[in-house]
Amino acid sequence: MMFKAFLIKYGEIGLKGKNRYLFEDALMRQIRFALDGAGEFSVNKEQGRIFVDALSDYDYDEVLERLGRVFGIVAICPVVECEDNSWDSLTKVTGDYVASVYGDKPFTFKVESRRADKRYPKKSMEISADMGEYLLDRFPQATVDVHHPQVLLNIEIREKTYIYSLSVPGPGGMPVGTNGKAMLLLSGGIDSPVAGYMIAKRGVRIDAVYFHAPPYTSERAKQKVIDLARIVARYAGPIKLNIINFTDIQLAIYEKCPHDELTIIMRRYMMKIAEHIAKEDGCLGLITGESIGQVASQTMQSLAATNEVCTMPVYRPVIGFDKNDIVDISQKIGAFETSILPFEDCCTIFVAKHPVTKPNIRAIQRSEHHLDDVIDGLMETALNTREVLLCEPM
Amino acid sequence: MEIYFDNAATTRVYDGVCQVMVEAMQSNFGNPSSLHMKGVDAERYIKNTREIIARTLKVDEKEILFTSGGTESNNMALIGGAMANQRAGKHLITTRIEHASVYNPMIWLESQGFEVTYLPVDRQGCVDPEAVSAAIRPDTILVSVMCVNNEIGTIQPLDEIGKRIKEANPNILFHVDAIQGYGKVKNLWPRKLNIDLLSVSGHKLHGPKGVGFLYVRDRAKVRPLILGGGQQKDMRSGTENVPGIAGLGEAVREVFDRLPEKIDRLYELRSDFIRQVTGIGGVQINGWQERQEGFRGPAPHIVSVSFADVRAEVLLHALEEKGIYVSSGSACSSNHPAISGTLKAIGVDKKYLDATVRFSFCYDTTKEEIHESINALEQIVPMLRRYTPGGRR
Repeated sequence: MMFKAFLIKYGEIGLKGKNRYLFEDALMRQIRFALDGAGEFSVNKEQGRIFVDALSDYDYDEVLERLGRVFGIVAICPVVECEDNSWDSLTKVTGDYVASVYGDKPFTFKVESRRADKRYPKKSMEISADMGEYLLDRFPQATVDVHHPQVLLNIEIREKTYIYSLSVPGPGGMPVGTNGKAMLLLSGGIDSPVAGYMIAKRGVRIDAVYFHAPPYTSERAKQKVIDLARIVARYAGPIKLNIINFTDIQLAIYEKCPHDELTIIMRRYMMKIAEHIAKEDGCLGLITGESIGQVASQTMQSLAATNEVCTMPVYRPVIGFDKNDIVDISQKIGAFETSILPFEDCCTIFVAKHPVTKPNIRAIQRSEHHLDDVIDGLMETALNTREVLLCEPM
Repeated sequence: MEIYFDNAATTRVYDGVCQVMVEAMQSNFGNPSSLHMKGVDAERYIKNTREIIARTLKVDEKEILFTSGGTESNNMALIGGAMANQRAGKHLITTRIEHASVYNPMIWLESQGFEVTYLPVDRQGCVDPEAVSAAIRPDTILVSVMCVNNEIGTIQPLDEIGKRIKEANPNILFHVDAIQGYGKVKNLWPRKLNIDLLSVSGHKLHGPKGVGFLYVRDRAKVRPLILGGGQQKDMRSGTENVPGIAGLGEAVREVFDRLPEKIDRLYELRSDFIRQVTGIGGVQINGWQERQEGFRGPAPHIVSVSFADVRAEVLLHALEEKGIYVSSGSACSSNHPAISGTLKAIGVDKKYLDATVRFSFCYDTTKEEIHESINALEQIVPMLRRYTPGGRR
């Protein structure tokens, strides 16, 4: 195997002043977590960079894929190591590396060197110049371009020497665990897993809540949501999923409230329950996959009506996205295939033929008074009978 | 408590079947093609199962071909049969209510230049033998009719159909998908019924999944679909599924032990169930209600019930909460968006298509279980009707 290590570049978190080490530690933790099961690696911080050294055999593509899911990574550079720091072996290893990656195609290059080990006999400028000369000799088709090189060849001399030139883009964002926790309302659809992914990308840990309505929704619909949580967990880390039995609340609404308001009232109670658990579990906000105007319950008026029951901030990262944009992200994160499995969720079952699209908050509140004598008990039962699952990455 | 009324989907494997399979996997695990004793021991299971099956069908044991199950048996009969006989013609006949494992090979054969006639059925789901006669042409090479419909349980008049086919042209192959019929219909004897090919699946009769057989009448020409090491006289290559075949043999032995009595008992349970379920009101039985004589009437183990104003899937999950397992429409096609083919074909009212549940029993089903399930239905159905989704009535 050519690459023995990976240099991890991170951008945004470098800007965080004295908190920097917190961010770096979180990033290292997430990297270790992501690589768990892919081989043996040591993850270390050195002079403002993170190095991942492979201690065992590994699958290069798998490791790149896993690192590609760690928020906070801006780029991943696969690194060749040279154990023996003598100039002869250093030039040979570097030359062989260049030959294997760039072959005999013409390219322009620049060498940049660092000398962490100051005892090394050449200064960094000399290393760059001498290595450039060596490469020009060995690769007649190559030319030097110090301003816009196609290949920026980095050489770092430590106890070993690290050589790298490739740079694979990472997902960006911030390491999960650096920005508190929020509660994701996870349905079986396309939007909510994307919303969870986007907020996790800002460093936020994710808890989730799912409302199921047996016998109107099936065990398979629930399994689908668990699978979606596990897909989001590949990026966000393990997700604590709260499963609420919503049937009795739904039936009570169905019996006592006007049918064109069913969905809005139902969603208001979902928000209330989600907020209740969120507060208990130390979340700082709710996350939904709502997008303006997508369905009747997501018009501006409807959003205002559902928003009204919460005091916590509600984060709606896809609020301005078209369905197509959301689908693109869903596909990118590998959730789409699961999201479109055809199982009923509780929102699609008790839908009126003509739901209100411009609900009046006061009218909704009046309708909800019909539930006054039962709703507290039903909410309490729903909360007390909730099932909690830890969803590990799939 | 658990009441399993989805035996047309699959059945519980009998204890004796498990035992013989474990033995075949751990002690006599040899490859039947091996020359040594281990191979001979393994081969014995196969021979034993062949004998058991041949006795139940009153056929020669050489005529039994082991497959991976019902789907492969149907594929082999239809595709293998059509390919081997295409010089005599390219016309096939089947019905509109066949299982997907017949229907889809037929569609594929159409794409290969064969022509297929799909016969309609009456309100009971019965094919008219006259219609079979009328559909036969000089270039007809194969007729495929199922023994028992998987969704509503109708038994087809195989005796009449077989007779008419052979009267018209003795060279036409008569294939019967007996996946729901074998072990449920008395006197299912291919020679008497003029059947050339008959498909059976192991897991519908308390055997393991992944094994089944195809009866191939000695002079029937069928081309193999799976090529390789030449096992089963070149007809079906691949190392035999010895544990599966051993289990299948034991399952068939146990099922056919005093089978006529078991069938009579099942018919009684079925009548009980129908009498009580119709008492709930707003209920319709699809297909035959009453047992008939011969190859006519309902199978003893399947009841298809439509409940007005109830969504089948919701009823299914509500029953599941009480430990009662049933199926909506047909288990094999429930994942397809297209609603039940058989129900449509027999003219079930549109509003009932999505309101139909299949209850299917096994030989061990008890009166108490029937009673228990009726109790549950009496509670659940009115409750669900109160909350009919889509708007208050």
